[in-house]
Amino acid sequence: MKLWRKPLDADTVKVPRGRIYIIKDQCKGCGFCVQYCPRNVLELSQEFNKKGYHPPVAAREEDCVSCGLCELICPEFAIYAELVEEEKQKDSQETQKAEV
Amino acid sequence: MAEDRRVLTGEHFMSGDHACAEGGLAAGCSFFAGYPITPSTEIAERMSERLPEVGGMFIQMEDELGSMNAILGAAWGGWKSMTCTSGPGFSLMMENLGLGIVLETPTVLVNIQRGGPSTGLPTLPGQADMMQARWGSHGDYEIIALAPNSPQEIFDLTVRAFNLAEEFRTPVLVMSDECVGHMTEKVVIPPKDELEITPRRYTKKKPGEYLPFDFGEDEIPEMVTAGDGYRIHITGLTHDRRGYPVINAEAQDWMVRHLINKILKNKHRIIQLEEINLSDAEVVLVSYGISSRVAHRAMDLAREDGIKAGMLRLITVWPFCDEKIRELAERVKAFVTVEMNMGQVALEVERCACGKAGTYLVPHAGGEVHNPDDIYQVIKEAAK
Amino acid sequence: MNRSASSTTDVVDKQSHPMSDLLRMDRMPHIWCSGCGLGTTLTCFIMAVRESGIDEKKIAVVSGIGCSGRVAGYINLDSFHTTHGRAIPFATGLALANPELRVVVYSGDGDLVAIGGNHFIHAARRNMDILVICVNNFNYGMTGGQAGPTTPVSARATTAPYGNYEYPFNIPYLSIASGATYVARWTALHMRRLKNSIAEALPKKGFRVIEIICPCPTAFARRNRLGTGLDLMKYYHDNSIIKHGADPREADIGMTGKIIVGKFLDIERPTFRDFLVENVWPKIGRK
Repeated sequence: MKLWRKPLDADTVKVPRGRIYIIKDQCKGCGFCVQYCPRNVLELSQEFNKKGYHPPVAAREEDCVSCGLCELICPEFAIYAELVEEEKQKDSQETQKAEV
Repeated sequence: MAEDRRVLTGEHFMSGDHACAEGGLAAGCSFFAGYPITPSTEIAERMSERLPEVGGMFIQMEDELGSMNAILGAAWGGWKSMTCTSGPGFSLMMENLGLGIVLETPTVLVNIQRGGPSTGLPTLPGQADMMQARWGSHGDYEIIALAPNSPQEIFDLTVRAFNLAEEFRTPVLVMSDECVGHMTEKVVIPPKDELEITPRRYTKKKPGEYLPFDFGEDEIPEMVTAGDGYRIHITGLTHDRRGYPVINAEAQDWMVRHLINKILKNKHRIIQLEEINLSDAEVVLVSYGISSRVAHRAMDLAREDGIKAGMLRLITVWPFCDEKIRELAERVKAFVTVEMNMGQVALEVERCACGKAGTYLVPHAGGEVHNPDDIYQVIKEAAK
Repeated sequence: MNRSASSTTDVVDKQSHPMSDLLRMDRMPHIWCSGCGLGTTLTCFIMAVRESGIDEKKIAVVSGIGCSGRVAGYINLDSFHTTHGRAIPFATGLALANPELRVVVYSGDGDLVAIGGNHFIHAARRNMDILVICVNNFNYGMTGGQAGPTTPVSARATTAPYGNYEYPFNIPYLSIASGATYVARWTALHMRRLKNSIAEALPKKGFRVIEIICPCPTAFARRNRLGTGLDLMKYYHDNSIIKHGADPREADIGMTGKIIVGKFLDIERPTFRDFLVENVWPKIGRK
């Protein structure tokens, strides 16, 4: 049984979408962004960067809402998110489709 | 109001400490940070009264460490700044005198020397901080130090100290002593337009082009002020031309050589000496500050007795006048160094004389000036 | 900008970072260890600078020595890296000579309240126009983890191998007792609150202190078996209590127990300059 109700305007309010940028070689693998991302978008990757750390990877980027917390918590200035504009969103979806 | 009170043109009957404060004001000093300590306190007292009159700012800090730092901060805030101290206070200032040298900050530090070590003789004279002035902060560097021997000269040399500080973008020391500081004599302050004042050498470069430690042939970098949009970074760490820290031997070599060359390459513009009876002298007295006035008397006594004595008075003690001593060593019989310590500048005289002339010292532990007779006895010995 | 697109994550050049204009990106990566919170505090500061709307040209940062002292070298504002403990007196000269400047002292606990403790209390007493950001990591990190003025009782440090047997300073209490007019404490995990606090304090006048509790995984946490930087962040999450207006006497920090954070004080009192301008200058006819 669902314990919550769907908001009445759920169809009209668009959930923002973010795009994540990572400056891989600046990361020191502390894991702050992975732990505190409220949408659980990030994971530490298996690859090594120049310094020998595992930088994060946006494993579930489609869930990113560009809240900016990763940029705020990152002590290395190595990650940030940008809001994806609606049209761009559409474009990128189309591109992805085209690629598929 | 303000600026017309800055230069008190006229004839005054004034103590050395007050004349020093007036020299600073005349040279454009707008900021003084200090901590009370005998026998330099009167400089701070006069500054606390006078600076607010001329649009400046006086602050009594919690200690000499703070005082030295505050004047460096004020210099980067765009003002000419100074502090004064004595005895143990000078030791406390050594830490950030080093910072001033490495940040290449124009500022003036006055030491009205008293007897030491430690608390020593707070109210009596000494000249035993001369080597501390030269080497007191850790690391290798060159320093400029001037030694006045009268209230008039402490006025003149404080003005000059500010000019040298701006010309060479470095802290400059005025190494006076309790006698000069507390002595009251005639002081003539010239009209404002007759004073030679060196303005700060601000860069004409634009933000982005300017580097805080870049310099040309003369080794002297240009200045900016915080808030002008240059977004400078300066650090007490060994740094490059941009001011960025670089921790390796190569950067250290570049920076230390620069700090030394900046002074040594320009020695001819810094060194000021007074030569008395040197043309035929066989015995040359080397002295500075209050001791030079006693040495002068001893020289007169020697001349009266037919000894060809002369005097080289060091108005600039650091950088040392190596060349002058070497040149004299070729033709005179001996040097007699007269200073109120157990032999500091005498070591430099000995070094430069290089065995070519005799070197004698008339030491004095401080507390009172030399007895001219004691000096005269050494002159007689040296003339043999 | 070099934003080579990839399917999930864009891996980009460091110059593309949104804060690259206020950071000296040519000096990145910085020297701070993995899991250290200093970088996070600097991000909060930069965002607060932006939010405050103050002309960036008119902000100067002065640091002392230590890990936190390196902030001056990474922020792209007029910045001064001075000697150990002396950031506050340097900032005093800077602020008095150039009243247009907003002067920020960004340094560590050892620098500000041990070797620089005397300058700290006297600048507070004078109510000098300085914002002090004191990053407290409970030890001297850069020199390898020695006990300091904020090390909790019983904590281990390289100079306290049997556990620290000195009482630490409680920085908010010390600041308020000395005369500061704005006092807050946050941890490195309270990013938004910290940013808001800095943005609020930056345009104010007087001596303002913001203490930031910050993880030091390499020196302090390792020696005390407290885990990684992330473990410390989790500890702050579970043990911080936000209590605005709290009695600073209750804000001691121990090896275990709660950390009281929040805004302890926000008052107005004439600053050094105010007093001079209002009470001294009229006496000599100066405006």
